[in-house]
Amino acid sequence: MSAAEEVVTEAAAVEAVPKRAMTLGYGTSLVVLAALILTPLFVKNFIIFQMTMLLIYGLAVLALNILTGGSGQFSLGQSAFYAVGAYTSAILMEHAGMNYALTLPVAGLICFGFGFLFGQPALRLSGVYLALATFALATAMPQLLKLGYFEHWTGGVQGLVVTKPDAPFGLPMSQDMWLYYFTLAITIAIYIASVNLLRSRSGRAFMAIRDNEIAASAMGVDVALYKTLAFGVSAGITGVAGGLGAIAVQFVAPDGYTITLAISLFLGMVVGGVGWLPGSIVGSAFIIFVPNIAEGISKGLSGAVFGVLLFLVIFLVPHGARQVAIIAQQLIGKLKKN
Amino acid sequence: MTAVRPTLIALSVALALIATSCGTAEAQKKYDSGASDTQIKIGNIMPYSGPASAYGAIGKTLAAYFKMINAQGGIRGRKITFISYDDAYSPPKTVEQARRLVEGDEVLLLFNTLGTATNSAIQKYMNTEKVPQLFVASGASKWNDPENFPWTMGWQPSYQDEAHIYAKYLIREKPGAKVAVLYQNDDFGKDYLKGLKDGFGDKASMIVAEESYETSEPSIDNHVVALKAAGADTFVSITTPKFAAQAIKKIAEIGWTPLQIISNVSTSVGGVMQPAGFENSQGILSAAYAKDGADPQWEKDPGMQRFLTFLQNYYPEGNRLDSSVIFGYGAAQTMMKVLEMCGDDLTRANVMRQAASLKDFVPDTLLPGITINTSPTDFAPIEQLQLMRFKGEKWELFGDVMSGGLGH
Repeated sequence: MSAAEEVVTEAAAVEAVPKRAMTLGYGTSLVVLAALILTPLFVKNFIIFQMTMLLIYGLAVLALNILTGGSGQFSLGQSAFYAVGAYTSAILMEHAGMNYALTLPVAGLICFGFGFLFGQPALRLSGVYLALATFALATAMPQLLKLGYFEHWTGGVQGLVVTKPDAPFGLPMSQDMWLYYFTLAITIAIYIASVNLLRSRSGRAFMAIRDNEIAASAMGVDVALYKTLAFGVSAGITGVAGGLGAIAVQFVAPDGYTITLAISLFLGMVVGGVGWLPGSIVGSAFIIFVPNIAEGISKGLSGAVFGVLLFLVIFLVPHGARQVAIIAQQLIGKLKKN
Repeated sequence: MTAVRPTLIALSVALALIATSCGTAEAQKKYDSGASDTQIKIGNIMPYSGPASAYGAIGKTLAAYFKMINAQGGIRGRKITFISYDDAYSPPKTVEQARRLVEGDEVLLLFNTLGTATNSAIQKYMNTEKVPQLFVASGASKWNDPENFPWTMGWQPSYQDEAHIYAKYLIREKPGAKVAVLYQNDDFGKDYLKGLKDGFGDKASMIVAEESYETSEPSIDNHVVALKAAGADTFVSITTPKFAAQAIKKIAEIGWTPLQIISNVSTSVGGVMQPAGFENSQGILSAAYAKDGADPQWEKDPGMQRFLTFLQNYYPEGNRLDSSVIFGYGAAQTMMKVLEMCGDDLTRANVMRQAASLKDFVPDTLLPGITINTSPTDFAPIEQLQLMRFKGEKWELFGDVMSGGLGH
């Protein structure tokens, strides 16, 4: 075993917390939910759009969290699944005239299959080697999308313009607001399903593999099946996020799904706290808003400022938002005692 | 910067209120959001970070130019507030930044946003919101489509215009040419190839061979060899700098001596001609529309001198040899011209009307004889180029200024 792998296993061992710690308490969940439902009523359409993107990237980070935090496998290739989802939705909507809502399950299924298949060769790799294999996938994807062979459907380098859906049933709501609530509903559904998945037998199998593969297989867990399954589920959720992203942005082009996106999602997961599902939304906020903040500080050095901010986060709270949440909880506990 | 903006808005709102309550002869002053008696807000999106960050120099030039305008008293007393955001060349980020500018900062218009895919991503949004997307910094021909996208306009000559000029030249000077084309397999290469074919029109059979390459290929030698084998005597190179240099070198190596034409994208002396070898580059043809900052013949040119004074006073770190700086200066000057023409009617509709009625406007950095003309049916401001030939260690312009339009 390589040194890097040992570190990973060690870190995972720290994360091996009771399942309840993977989620938020009921009270906190309700407060967050209320905030997510009520805020759009009071803000501009542009902020609603940003919140929609927050949820969409949140979903993609959540998917990666299931893969890495749940089953302990690394992926730098999430942008490829995201792209497949986005293009599936865009092509079905624009060429086949399908309803936008129906394209999402299709995108999810196609990505699930894609991820499951990719999980097969990935079985032979672990740790940094797996990360590199997925990295190759992410690097290849934008070029595959440009291939002349698919150009009739993908629009090649020019990309595809997607029509934004109106609110149904004549609801007095802007397109942005409707899309936000639509995305919110899907996000909540996927979040609850993910939490349940991790609490189920399959979830326990994921975590057993994460914590110790040999022990897990000795206990009778089908390691190969569950590892590929984790890849499939993760890719499927990322695909749904990609489809939603295509509808929200109203445009797909190869340049939108480069390796930078994959790294951003990975970053979001680490900042949110590996293995802590509610952290996904915090991580998503980090990758959307912190570049804007960095740019506000210095235009020429925005990349450097972003790096410094990222370094501070990793240095001060290595376990991300989850650590902050735990500290906050302890503080509140102390206050209550006093 | 961010802290200042709300105060500026508050101030301008207050002033606007005073102006309206006074009820003087202000009736003909008309504003859309982003414009007032004291300021005009212009939005812009540039790749300051990411793979295309070299183009960020355009954004810095624009900001410096508007600083100069403000120092000189602004446009009819109105100061320019220039808000430029980074999209790292990623289309989804461009959409976010465009919406932030239009809905958050409430700019009057978007100006000189860079990139083909990035601008495609916001084109529909801008046209639905009816906010001008002016002087897009991309050579794609799709920005000249007033019928479907009346709120979008390009600036530089399109790749197709440039290709038309080469076709015209070949038909005139070398009617029996057997043309071989090497093109990059992306939007740039394909747009260009289409222009070349349209330019040849019914003489398209002059093109005897076509080869495309991917930017991921380490070497394009085999394509060059294949084109020579096709028996061509003229070589059109629709390539980006690295590949342009490779092609010139390979052609010399295999002892092929076609007439060579390379796209304006790859005419950098330091970046293409020198690495390919000056001895291999003699006699190569290309076309230009802007003055070259390295060319000594513009030393005494008044326009160029104004450009250099601007660099010295407002953008000392800018590199006069960088074509992005020359580009930004010319585009900013065109923008200012349009705002001046708008007078006190600073509505978005009027901005588009004025942008579509530029007549013989000449920015300082364009070649003599090249003018900017637009009309409600012509959204392509610059359509002319002049041919040039590589001689010694520099480009020499020759012949008349030619128009890329097919009708002329």
